[in-house]
Amino acid sequence: MLQRLFSFKGGVKPQTGKSPSVQEAIGLAPLPERFYVPLHQSIGGAANPLVRPGETVGKGQLIGGADGWMSSAVHAPTSGRVLAIEDHVATHPSGLSTLSVVIEPDGSDEWVERKPIDYRRLPPERVREMLRDAGVVGLGGAVFPSHAKLTPAKSVTVEDLVINGAECEPFMTCDDMLMRERADETVRGIAIFRELLAAQRVLIGIEDNKPEAIAAMRAAVERLQLDYAVVAVPTRYPAGGAKQLIRVLTGKEVPASRRSTELGVQCFNVATVYTAYRALEFGEPVISRTVTLTGNVAHPRNWDVRIGTPLREFVALAEPRHDTNAFLMGGPMMGFALPSLDAPVVKATNCIIAGSAGLFPPNPPEMPCIRCGACAEACPHELQPFELYWFSRARIFGKTQEYHIFDCIECGCCSYVCPSHIPLVQYFRFAKSEIWAREREKKAADAAKARFELRNAREEREKEEKAERLAKAAAAKAAERKAGALPAGDEAEGSPRARGAHDTPPATVDAAGSAGTLDAEALKRATIQAAMERARAQRAEQAARNIDSLTPAQAKEIAAVDARRARLASATGAPPAPPESPLDKAASGD
Amino acid sequence: MIASLAIMALGAIVLGAALGYASIKFKVEGDPLVEKIDAILPQTQCGQCGYPGCKPYAEAISSGEAEINLCPPGGMDGVRKLADLLGREVKPLVAEEKPKQVAIIDEQTCIGCTLCIQACPVDAIVGAAKQMHTIIGPLCTGCELCIPPCPVECIRMEPLSENLENWKWKYPVVAIRRAA
Repeated sequence: MLQRLFSFKGGVKPQTGKSPSVQEAIGLAPLPERFYVPLHQSIGGAANPLVRPGETVGKGQLIGGADGWMSSAVHAPTSGRVLAIEDHVATHPSGLSTLSVVIEPDGSDEWVERKPIDYRRLPPERVREMLRDAGVVGLGGAVFPSHAKLTPAKSVTVEDLVINGAECEPFMTCDDMLMRERADETVRGIAIFRELLAAQRVLIGIEDNKPEAIAAMRAAVERLQLDYAVVAVPTRYPAGGAKQLIRVLTGKEVPASRRSTELGVQCFNVATVYTAYRALEFGEPVISRTVTLTGNVAHPRNWDVRIGTPLREFVALAEPRHDTNAFLMGGPMMGFALPSLDAPVVKATNCIIAGSAGLFPPNPPEMPCIRCGACAEACPHELQPFELYWFSRARIFGKTQEYHIFDCIECGCCSYVCPSHIPLVQYFRFAKSEIWAREREKKAADAAKARFELRNAREEREKEEKAERLAKAAAAKAAERKAGALPAGDEAEGSPRARGAHDTPPATVDAAGSAGTLDAEALKRATIQAAMERARAQRAEQAARNIDSLTPAQAKEIAAVDARRARLASATGAPPAPPESPLDKAASGD
Repeated sequence: MIASLAIMALGAIVLGAALGYASIKFKVEGDPLVEKIDAILPQTQCGQCGYPGCKPYAEAISSGEAEINLCPPGGMDGVRKLADLLGREVKPLVAEEKPKQVAIIDEQTCIGCTLCIQACPVDAIVGAAKQMHTIIGPLCTGCELCIPPCPVECIRMEPLSENLENWKWKYPVVAIRRAA
């Protein structure tokens, strides 16, 4: 099939470095000693833990339930025992920790019951829910929940379903190998997605430096007698960016800060489609993914590795050379240096590169911008990186937004071509996260202001109501007084008498003798004791009722409160014992 | 002569009427400058500036009776923004800038007196008489107004820790190396 191709502006052609890792077939990574499965592995809400420490889990068992629609489930990567649900280093440039489920494998690697889903008979919304509960997210690296992208907009019909097998990032070959080895399953997955979206046309875009993958996918499409177009797109970074690939394949240009969905185009990564197919056809949730392990290593290769495998054990499979000084996740253009190898493999992990001084020489010192405009020519989004750079550097964030900083996909083309070696993308990331932080703060301040004003209004109203009540009472009293001076006088006389009567009991008791006193006091104590007993019983009965489906943050908070209580109880000793001895004494005296 | 006078007078009457109408029709309630200043202030309602809340302070700045550097929670950033808005000079803050913090009630010690609830300007404390109180962390502005009224001193301030949600990319710093 001949198809007219379009092109995007800018882009670069870095050394691909892909060949070392495609020499061998995808390997099966062995089980590690421990799994650390983070509960937050998608855009949107973090999954809620559904298991307890000490519980045994089966392979593929749901351990984290999706928190609402914009979230995705998390599953046990193997059978074993949950050791803890605790904070563990996240696979994130910050090196901060995130709530993770620690699982000790039992070695048997036994599946829980897998139920294939007859998705053809189910209504589409049910299929989407199942994809969410199978943890299917965008495996290109953005981990956007796929079921949300599979919801067609009511107003726009989906004309093109674009399947992204371009894999433009240097060194990365996981999608390439997946298409070579599992083309049939991937194409079957595409069929499901097409049905769910009711897409008119399917375009599979693969960079022309992967002839084997193109051939495999074409063969699979022919075997299954489908009308999908497998298109070889010119190799130019970042042809695998969603907006760039859509531009190349369909000629549609997605406008600034809008989504491709609005133009009737939806784009998915090949690995995502593959996992969705496994989830629906075999009932296997996403518990592993293909990861490229390459760079400064003895055995570069692609591995099928379980989610949650600690990176230290994973990278050891490739035997990194001795001069390795860093590990990158996600490729040399867009990836980041991993702060710790204790972090686990997550759904966003597509490639791990061992870096060395020879492979990635340290950045030469940053020189002043000479306004050559090379960055603007390289920018695939037709932004003006030099303008963004000045304003980010000077922290004039309003201006960076005027120059559309949020359309920057951080592809790194500008930094790559900059003759002054300015780390432009780092400046843009800094500016973006500052703007987000400010927006968060502004939102919080506005909410605080609203609450403050509401509170003031409430206080004002309460004051008025009180004044009104007092005025009413005063008026009533005045009216009463007016009604007759005599009853009022009577009342005034009456009260001291009443007080006198109240004072009498002790005197009478004194006169009556100690036996009577004891009796009365014992009775009183017994009543108090009974009341306390009741209160205690009530307290014991009163278990917290709203403790199902807590978010991990809430569960953590409760655990912290309990720990604090326990600590305090042990510090101050047991709470003061109820006065049992007086009662005993009273009973013996009786 | 008379005609020209009449024309001028007529013009004056027409324009005067139009202006008078516009001043009634397009009257702006309140001072828009106060609103703009208030939007810059951090809305902690802490009173550290000496005014009972952010709005009164905004009013005081707008009328020129208060300086722009009295708000420690707003920080130097806030001072700079106010200086930009008002065309005044940037001045150093009168008090020290503190990191963002959040109040924490030690529930074990709390006696349920409700005094802190009454002191909290942003309704961030829940509890009832003789019941344990607690602070809703995300709503707390860190104003410290709940600390003095507590009779058992069970409230403490803790700086907000960094987590994956509020983590920020740092300003790029290039290490200076010695030339070979």
